[in-house]
Amino acid sequence: MGNFLVWVIWFLAAGGCLASGVAVVSVTNPFYSALALIGNLASLAVLYLLLAAEFLAAAQVLVYAGAVMVMFLFVVAYLGGRADAPWAGGPPLLRTAAVVAAAALLVEIVAVLGLAWGDNLQDPAEVADSFGSPAQIGELFLTDHLLAFEITSIVLLVAAIGGVVLGTTPEKELEE
Amino acid sequence: MDGPDIGWYLIVAALMFGIGALGVMMRRSPLIVLLSLEIMINAANLTFIAFARQQGDLGGQIFALSVMAVAAAEVAIGLGLIVAMARRRIALDVDQASALRG
Repeated sequence: MGNFLVWVIWFLAAGGCLASGVAVVSVTNPFYSALALIGNLASLAVLYLLLAAEFLAAAQVLVYAGAVMVMFLFVVAYLGGRADAPWAGGPPLLRTAAVVAAAALLVEIVAVLGLAWGDNLQDPAEVADSFGSPAQIGELFLTDHLLAFEITSIVLLVAAIGGVVLGTTPEKELEE
Repeated sequence: MDGPDIGWYLIVAALMFGIGALGVMMRRSPLIVLLSLEIMINAANLTFIAFARQQGDLGGQIFALSVMAVAAAEVAIGLGLIVAMARRRIALDVDQASALRG
């Protein structure tokens, strides 16, 4: 019975992921597109929970669906109506090529998955209940992966400064 | 493990990656290109976490967290560029922003 419930939740979350992903790509208004991405990230967090990644699911909702998407919505609101751009133009050949390229990527990934299916995609490892808990992730970050942790902080600092620099227009240009 | 095998998660990730790639190639608004990139990054993250569960190794989750931080940085820079484009009255259309074309 518990197993059946997990399948139901998985189907809802996976369906939500794919449906909102299609909505992000196909809706013309960037505002609705951003809202659909929030739905996509939230259903992904459910999949993370099913994969025993509790801390990542929480971080996904807080950092991604929360902070990053608020920043996105602010920019969409700031740009207003100018943000609407139509679908890819140019010769129809380009559009067909885009669809073919995306389909080729998908077929390649699924083919590789199909080849590996029987070997090691079943019988996942037994993990303790604490697998993916904040305590374990924090311990790993401050021991084995300390360098990655510190470099991440520098990357974020540089990105924050870069965002400010790019967002400020020099006064000379405004006067022109 | 209760519920679906890892392979099913990987198929969802593959479909999400394909949808994101299609969005990056088909749309002209840089905002929606950025959103589609987010979908692709999250598909990769889902793969990392699925394999972390499969192998019983938390390294995949650590990697996914680092990817999240880099994606946040990417959004900050990308949105800064878009705002800068809008302020200089450049059309928000990735096909027209071709000054660097060789």
